[in-house]
Amino acid sequence: MLSVKTDNACHSRSDQRKRDFVSERAKVIPPSGIRRFFDLAGQMEDVISLGVGEPDYSTPWHICDAAITSIEQGHTAYTSNTGMESLRRELARFLRDRYQVEYNPMSEMIITTGVSEGLDIVIRAVTNPGDEVLVIDPSYVSYAPCVTMAGGTPVPVPCTEKNRFRLTADVLMEHITPQSKVLILNFPNNPTGGVMRREDLEAIADVAIDHDLLILSDEVYAELTYEGHHTATASIEGLWDRTITLSGFSKAFAMTGWRLGYLCAPPDITAATLKIHQYVMLSAPTMSQYAALEALKNGEDAMREMVREYHLRRNLFVDGLNRIGLSCHTPEGAFYAFPSVKGTGLTDYEFAERLITEAGVAVVPGSVFGNSGIGHVRCSYAVSRQELTEAIRRMDEFIRSLP
Amino acid sequence: MDDIDRSLLSLLEEDCSTPLHDLAVMLGCSDEEVEKRKKQLEEDGIIRRYSAVINWEQVDKGAVYAIIELKVAPERDYGYDRIAARISRFSNVRNLRLRTGTHDLQLLVKGKSMQEIARFVSEQIAPMERIRETATHIIMKTYKENGVLYVEREDGQRLPFSF
Repeated sequence: MLSVKTDNACHSRSDQRKRDFVSERAKVIPPSGIRRFFDLAGQMEDVISLGVGEPDYSTPWHICDAAITSIEQGHTAYTSNTGMESLRRELARFLRDRYQVEYNPMSEMIITTGVSEGLDIVIRAVTNPGDEVLVIDPSYVSYAPCVTMAGGTPVPVPCTEKNRFRLTADVLMEHITPQSKVLILNFPNNPTGGVMRREDLEAIADVAIDHDLLILSDEVYAELTYEGHHTATASIEGLWDRTITLSGFSKAFAMTGWRLGYLCAPPDITAATLKIHQYVMLSAPTMSQYAALEALKNGEDAMREMVREYHLRRNLFVDGLNRIGLSCHTPEGAFYAFPSVKGTGLTDYEFAERLITEAGVAVVPGSVFGNSGIGHVRCSYAVSRQELTEAIRRMDEFIRSLP
Repeated sequence: MDDIDRSLLSLLEEDCSTPLHDLAVMLGCSDEEVEKRKKQLEEDGIIRRYSAVINWEQVDKGAVYAIIELKVAPERDYGYDRIAARISRFSNVRNLRLRTGTHDLQLLVKGKSMQEIARFVSEQIAPMERIRETATHIIMKTYKENGVLYVEREDGQRLPFSF
């Protein structure tokens, strides 16, 4: 072992450990697929990053101000485990008004530290060893590892470009076994921008009911729906009592750093999940809860304005991608475009790596999000229009330079 | 006036040099349609003109801006309109508004020096009939103009990659 010289001998590293202390579970979860892209981006100057999964806006100021005021007033203690009652009540109103779903703020809701925490604790609350959890593919990178850590087995269910990145009943059926218990949905989807419309969800509902599946629906991009209005999974006939709705404030209100989300579920599942939440998190950050309350009460105008801007950028960017020969399905939600790079003759990893080093544009290889993402790259259009236009110009130049 | 017109107006207000084709792509309509809509909005006087937001404080170090408030005795039949029309003819008057509060009319005036502003107020504005009182406030520094920040702000940094 390396001997490391430190100023303080008490803290010097030693090689006296005989055992490997890292758990088997921690070992089996895969490392982040884009570590080396981070390093590449760090070495380069003038990189336009389309690799970001968060808004380019700062949180609207009135929301920040509400948090600052709460700190000034001394609201710095824990809140109730489930979150502030005022916030839960406001959230219940918001969900009813915007998505026509009813949740009781007293027994069917937990305010969480981001959707990430909600995802983890609810998966732990419903998974037994050996349970199969159907996870749409491609999808957000945390789902499968969370299932694995909870002792379940993730089963990828492809949502391909052919199906406009939606989940179809047929494909779902093909992956169901007697061990299938939970289905994880995420629409509008990260990384594809795919959206499930009401009729698409209704088709899935029949399968879920037939096979008695629980649906975990991550709807954090709900407000970022550009064609029509978002349909909440729980609002579909027959799905409410087998759906867990996960969402948060990060994307719609530009509040990623506040780490605030929520989980809504039937009372038995809420109660089981709350036990885990109590032990691992106690309560979500108090100042963030005050900020979220302000966002729900008075944040709609600023949010609409940001969504309108993403919509314009989407049109501009997707048109640009198709023009330079990267065929791209029009994403109906979120802020990602997921063009195919198969025509370039490069794999998605090669494309992403060469694009950043040769053209100074950072994108994420699609296979990071699952096997169905192979041959695509995820480009976030949550960057300024000037940067998008410049990114298209650089990508065009790069593609032309290929043999 | 529909949603596309409204979106077109905000896009132009933000950056009127945006290429026509980009506007069309963003709004989801043809170049010709955007052209037509733009013309109509110009003809209707909704688009008054295309200009740049310039921080003159950086260019003309000596230039002085002042807000001048006026108490005015309104005229029968015309109210404040005729006197406002008269004041608005001065080219150094950049903005002119009728407002509530302690004074009636509020002007934003540009001058080459304090003396020039003082002369303008005492010789041109104050002697006008129906002007009862004036209050002149010299602008010391502009922080934000037309929604554009004039002071450098350190923006939050995002990680180059996140999921």
